[in-house]
Amino acid sequence: MTVKLLKITGCLLFALGMTSCVHVKEYQKSRLNDAEMALGNRKVEKNELSFESYREAASGANAGKTGGGCGCN
Amino acid sequence: MRKVFLSVIGFAMICRLNTSAQTRTDSLRSKPAPSLYTPVEQHDTTSYSPRALKLDEVNLVSSYYNQNGNHSAVTGGIGSEKVTDFANGLDLKFVWGDPNYKKNTISLGMGFDYHTAASQAFVSQTGASKQGGTRVYPSFDYTVENPTLRNTFGFGAYYSGEYNYHSLGADVHFSQKTRNKNGEFSFKLQGYFDRVTLIYPSEFVPQSTTTNSGGTTVITTASGNTILSGEDDYQKRNIPTSPRTTYSASFGYSQVLSPRLQVLFLADLVGQNGYLGLPFHRVYYNTGKDTIEKLPSNRYKLPLGFRANYFLGDNIILRAYYRYYLDTWGIKSNTAGLEIPIKISPFFSISPFYRYYDQTAAKYFAPYQAHSPSDQFYTSNYEYSKFSANFYGAGFRIAPPKGVFGWQNFHDLEIRYGHYAQTTDLVSDVVSINIGFK
Repeated sequence: MTVKLLKITGCLLFALGMTSCVHVKEYQKSRLNDAEMALGNRKVEKNELSFESYREAASGANAGKTGGGCGCN
Repeated sequence: MRKVFLSVIGFAMICRLNTSAQTRTDSLRSKPAPSLYTPVEQHDTTSYSPRALKLDEVNLVSSYYNQNGNHSAVTGGIGSEKVTDFANGLDLKFVWGDPNYKKNTISLGMGFDYHTAASQAFVSQTGASKQGGTRVYPSFDYTVENPTLRNTFGFGAYYSGEYNYHSLGADVHFSQKTRNKNGEFSFKLQGYFDRVTLIYPSEFVPQSTTTNSGGTTVITTASGNTILSGEDDYQKRNIPTSPRTTYSASFGYSQVLSPRLQVLFLADLVGQNGYLGLPFHRVYYNTGKDTIEKLPSNRYKLPLGFRANYFLGDNIILRAYYRYYLDTWGIKSNTAGLEIPIKISPFFSISPFYRYYDQTAAKYFAPYQAHSPSDQFYTSNYEYSKFSANFYGAGFRIAPPKGVFGWQNFHDLEIRYGHYAQTTDLVSDVVSINIGFK
């Protein structure tokens, strides 16, 4: 399962790498500046991330906590 | 002939009048026309004055969480995991400018949770311990953004306090945009300095004793708390604590790939040391005897994350997330998520989401009565077991230009519900609301 997911991720990354980084000008960023397009967690997700870190062993790489700050690891 | 002559004179007079109208000073300039309008006093704008401090944004996030399961770590991997949690957080964001056109931001946060946990009652073997508890967590962050150099720098501090756990944290962070502002590198160094209160299961604490020595009474309670009381003196002695320290370095790189697609790569390096278990977690050996969870005093984690957001057509957004995780306790994990906000109108969207999670078991995990007394480390906390989980639900967001319910300052409203289910039979529901003011 893990290997399969890694392969899929690798293919996705390769496909993204193949798309040349077009120089997007500021006036072309109307869609990218949409609040729903923000590359981060939604504010409303804050407490969901907290309970996930209590119930699951993995944490981090989501701009949230990586351990500490509560009784969880 | 007379007609021609009169026409030439008439034309010449009209020309003279027009010339006079163009060259003469306008009398209205010195004599304003009568009006009810009162002119606004104009300030001198020739010298720059920094923007004053202002409250830019206020966010209030509240959640209600309800959980059920049957593998509590307090009772050694069996027993109720029923938990309810009511969490509230208030964030204030202040901004101001300065003469160098830098933007300064101070974020202040205050969080307050109240929870009940059925298993907490069984810290005492008789099930008589308190089931409820609170957590308070204030935070502070200062960030300065330099648009000329396209970078930001900041630092933050946070505290979290609950009955059995206290934590102090601090960070410094830096980000740099590329010259064309389509890419951004970010870096964050973080440290948590925690204290775990050593509350042991009641059977590992001497039974209540009363000793009279020189008029002082010493009472050792089942929770390990020692109370000294004299005839006119009462003092509560603190329960001993043990340290837990966490350091992390977080790296991020985001890139705009097209007017519709942007991606983000995330990597954290995390090191922990100290008391990494919890003292009230029991483990039952295969002999039937119980003990206290024991875990190594070091743990190193490596989570690697990737996000991609794509604007499909005019109304649909795809928000994808993947994370691979591994650590020195033998846990490997995958997390994949997809959220699809659908814009019903430019200011109203509905967002169904799905998140898949799996992990392998930690080297030190075994279920109830499966550990051997010869094991060096042992836990029956199902957080470290092998399992997969599904989390799905939906949210909606309203952010009309005239404010929510026509209230201009009420900038946006988000409500989200999710159902979470693990293969360990743990299930939970969470509903959250975010109210944003600007």
